[in-house]
Amino acid sequence: MGRLIKASTIINAVSKACIESACILDKIAYNSIKDSIDKEKNATARYVLEELISNADIAEREYIPICQDTGMVICFVECGLKINLEEPISDSINKGIKKGFEDGVLRKSIVNDPFERINTNDNTPGIVYIEQTTGNILKINLMLKGFGSENMSFIKMLNPSLSQDDVVEIISNEICNKAFNACPPVFIGIGIGGSMDYASVLSKKALLRPVNKKNIDKTYADMEEKILQSVNRSNIGPAGYTGNTTVLSVSIESYPTHIAALPVAVTMQCHALRHREIIL
Amino acid sequence: MIEINTPFTKNSLISLKPFDRVLITGVIYIARDQAHKKMFEEGLPFNPEGQCIYHCGPSDAKKNMIIGSAGPTSSYRMNKYMPYLFDKGIKAFIGKGMISDSVIENMKKNKCVYFGAIGGLGAKLSMCIKKQKIIAYESLGTEALREIYVEKFPAIVIINCDGESIYERDNNKYE
Repeated sequence: MGRLIKASTIINAVSKACIESACILDKIAYNSIKDSIDKEKNATARYVLEELISNADIAEREYIPICQDTGMVICFVECGLKINLEEPISDSINKGIKKGFEDGVLRKSIVNDPFERINTNDNTPGIVYIEQTTGNILKINLMLKGFGSENMSFIKMLNPSLSQDDVVEIISNEICNKAFNACPPVFIGIGIGGSMDYASVLSKKALLRPVNKKNIDKTYADMEEKILQSVNRSNIGPAGYTGNTTVLSVSIESYPTHIAALPVAVTMQCHALRHREIIL
Repeated sequence: MIEINTPFTKNSLISLKPFDRVLITGVIYIARDQAHKKMFEEGLPFNPEGQCIYHCGPSDAKKNMIIGSAGPTSSYRMNKYMPYLFDKGIKAFIGKGMISDSVIENMKKNKCVYFGAIGGLGAKLSMCIKKQKIIAYESLGTEALREIYVEKFPAIVIINCDGESIYERDNNKYE
């Protein structure tokens, strides 16, 4: 019993999502860059933001990558109980990545081992997180994560007695230290709670939320706004060339945690926000 | 907008100030992490006199195109190797982000310039690249050393040859 989804269906969908997201900037992200031009008073910053829009237009027209770093592929899978598969989902996803990076002429950026460093030449493996859900839907949220910004991401195991304002200050400070190298203006995903590893996963999941949507919990929505305002007062600006547009959005996701812990993880995402949702 | 040509002479860079926007025309050399390590360990496979290095790892060219997307990569990862390159005669590099004080000190000594290209502008910048060929380390793929010819490649002076910088303000402080 259940609904069969063929491996080839998943492979083709993943391949298409890799190519599309590499070459066509997420529309909400595109608009958020465009809207920031009008709010920016700094001439250099306006020039950079206009260039980013022009770059996205060229990438879409020529169907070439927005940025040469087409990233490591990270997938969040929600698999319904009633779904039947022909092979483990991560096998199909990796075949889809291989096909997409080949067909789309995307850059192969993955090496086999952190020290041996031999290119796998097909951009696999990706990273796959699987959650089981009720129902008969298979959902894959796919992101191409560039590593200029990933290298600027961080995790802190904070003291549980800190207030929300304390955490806002600590995170904002650290983001200001890192933003220069993360290709600003950036999107920021924050995971608070859980464990050291899970806070990091949440910080990635936070980036899947549409960038114009605040956290539904007002407390977290307030923190998002305070971090945004705080970092945008830093005068780092687009490309780090000064200006008020350092961060385009902040998204927080939270989870229950241990009495001794306050894990906070921050994923820095460059302005080339590349993700697609696949529903099968 | 200031138009400059490679290879650079001492005088062609000396008057540049932070925030100056330039258009670069001529031959430049694409290299990133592994190619820098190789050049450092094995010596430079081209004449570095007055030349310019571009910190970049392009994506492959689609059919009938010269090169794929080709924006800058973070320059701080090449900190260790830059003083060696400047001592050998390299006059400038194109990249993005912060670099270390020791690199800046060497740039002042050798009168070198750090040009910024906008991070994430790979599609647009690739349109300025008119020729490309791999000149060494082909097995490194995207990390191979490439000689490219650029026409009116847009960049901004991040650090000039006196060590004056866009980043000089205390950026890490915020209210």
